[in-house]
Amino acid sequence: MMEFLDIFLNESFWTASLRIATPLIFGVLGALLCERAGVLNLGIEGIFVVGAMAGWMAVWMGASLWGGVLVAALAGAAFGLLHALLTVPLGLSQHVSGLGITLLATSAASFIYRTALPDVKSPPRITPFQPLDIPVLSDIPFLGPVLFQQTPLTWLALLMVALVWWVLARTPLGVAIRAVGDNPDAVAAQGLSVYALRIGAVMAGSALMALGGAFLTMSAFDAFFFGMVNGRGWISIALVIFASWQPGKALLGALLFGMFEALQVRLQTQAGALVPSQIFLMAPYVLSILALVFVARRADYPRALLKPWFKGQR
Amino acid sequence: MISIEPRRKVSRAARLLTPVIAALAALALAAIPLAFAGAPLGQAYTLMFTGVFGSVFSFTEMLTRATPLIFTGLAAAIAFRAKLWNIGAEGQLYLGAMAAVAVGTGAIGGPGWFLMGLVILAGAAAGALGMLGPAVLRTRFGADEVVTSLLLNFIILIFVQMMLEGPLKDPMGLGWPQSEPILDEAMLPRLMDRMRLHAGLLIALMAALVLHVLLARSSWGFRIRAVGENAAAARHAGIGVNRTLLGVALVSGALAGLAGVSEVAGLKGYLTADLSPGFGYAGIVVAMLAGLSPLGVVLAALFVASVFVGTDSMSRAMGVSSFLADLVVALSLISVLVGGFFTRYRLVWRGKGARA
Repeated sequence: MMEFLDIFLNESFWTASLRIATPLIFGVLGALLCERAGVLNLGIEGIFVVGAMAGWMAVWMGASLWGGVLVAALAGAAFGLLHALLTVPLGLSQHVSGLGITLLATSAASFIYRTALPDVKSPPRITPFQPLDIPVLSDIPFLGPVLFQQTPLTWLALLMVALVWWVLARTPLGVAIRAVGDNPDAVAAQGLSVYALRIGAVMAGSALMALGGAFLTMSAFDAFFFGMVNGRGWISIALVIFASWQPGKALLGALLFGMFEALQVRLQTQAGALVPSQIFLMAPYVLSILALVFVARRADYPRALLKPWFKGQR
Repeated sequence: MISIEPRRKVSRAARLLTPVIAALAALALAAIPLAFAGAPLGQAYTLMFTGVFGSVFSFTEMLTRATPLIFTGLAAAIAFRAKLWNIGAEGQLYLGAMAAVAVGTGAIGGPGWFLMGLVILAGAAAGALGMLGPAVLRTRFGADEVVTSLLLNFIILIFVQMMLEGPLKDPMGLGWPQSEPILDEAMLPRLMDRMRLHAGLLIALMAALVLHVLLARSSWGFRIRAVGENAAAARHAGIGVNRTLLGVALVSGALAGLAGVSEVAGLKGYLTADLSPGFGYAGIVVAMLAGLSPLGVVLAALFVASVFVGTDSMSRAMGVSSFLADLVVALSLISVLVGGFFTRYRLVWRGKGARA
């Protein structure tokens, strides 16, 4: 029992929690932004893969790390644009289009990676983002390592939570985005473009998703592997509902998830002999389903989510 | 300015031609990645074609590949008809394969026809139960089945790995995580000498035909279509929406389970964790290309299987990454979505001063 408590007292647990939460923070924020504008984006899993591959490849080809981040975001936005064009002006099924984007983005990223690197025994590596290690602040006991020895992308994720919250809650643009997800007719009556707002939100949200992928290849690891996203996109979609479409709660959900993951890795080393390791590997997916079931009845979906809206038609 | 108007009438020809044009468009778009990979286009397309139609063997290989795709395509088609988003066919396929291995490797004895029937029924039942979970979570708790069925895919695949390292592991497998082989007499018979084509294809074709008749003619089929088109109206008309959804979930899951049975008891003989290269997800594309029609699923599965087998053969000869096949399949889904839009709507250009 004492060993169990020790886990929580150790700063490395909290450092790991925040690190594991980072791609999910990006993913949940991205999905949240799309859904707040009324568009479910099941392309998320594939957009994660594209972000991971594009960011890594840009750096591998000589771009700076931040250049790679930009490339990842633009690649994500491009696939977001495709999803938005199919689902907003054309009004096609958001479910099917999103799954199509995931298949397309995953296969395109894999094809490009394989074509650029046909026969490599072990995946080539880049020099990834290093922990910030801010003088003085990093030396604060406990808080220092947890907060100030993270890589810059974790900080970018936290900054994005604040930014998305501020835009949605405090700016006229945010009011318009929320309205377009609840009552597009009212937005159109105000003379604003429903299409432009939705397409813009989906592109921005998709760029955020791609950053979640980029974190994997440029911070958490230093190479691209097939299958490395491993359902993080789908987990983000579940967490958005858990977070009831609020950026603050999205951060909380991602952090709880990161804590749980960090905990199970540590329990695995302690109880590994007693329980098959696969039980621990299943845990995040089981947890996501439970979280979804737990909040499903109370979930307050954006009212126009999944509903196509056509100009000049009521 | 351009506006979108629904067409008054969608001709039957337009509806039937759309998937064909979409498939051709996807194949044509493959020229872009092929050029990116530096492959001479004429040679690449020729090799893709001969890779499927070049010999009896390659053609039967294509039919062998189409078999699981017909099952997963039907699984998606029937579910999507009722607007039940079963994205978990991949996991249900593995559940079916696991059940087939559990009863077919010698734990139960009996004559061949009995064992074969048992393997098929066990696989279908396991798949059905796999989709019942997400369906109940939706009807009882309102949890979105898209997310739950997707996440279950990951859980089931890890479970398969656990079983293959534990109870299902073949002690004679030289340490590889694979199951014991299914008894010879429980295997689905091969259809042709020296070819891998097996009776799974016949079961798949029969399933498509039965499903077609049920959907078009039976009151069950009517209820499915009613629930899919307008659940509120269906409820108002006295149709048990939840009951219908649960029934659809069972049938859809069972079909996906049969894909696993057919792969493990028709083709491979034993279970590994890489049994399916994404047949469950490709089934969604098959269903959409088919316009959710069971008979169309057969044709769409033949197309998707041709893309896989043809590209594989071309890849081996020319060194182009075989991810091209997945790319073409994804492109055909996007194309058929766009094509479907233009059969239902048209773009109207209105000049200035024209009246709406």
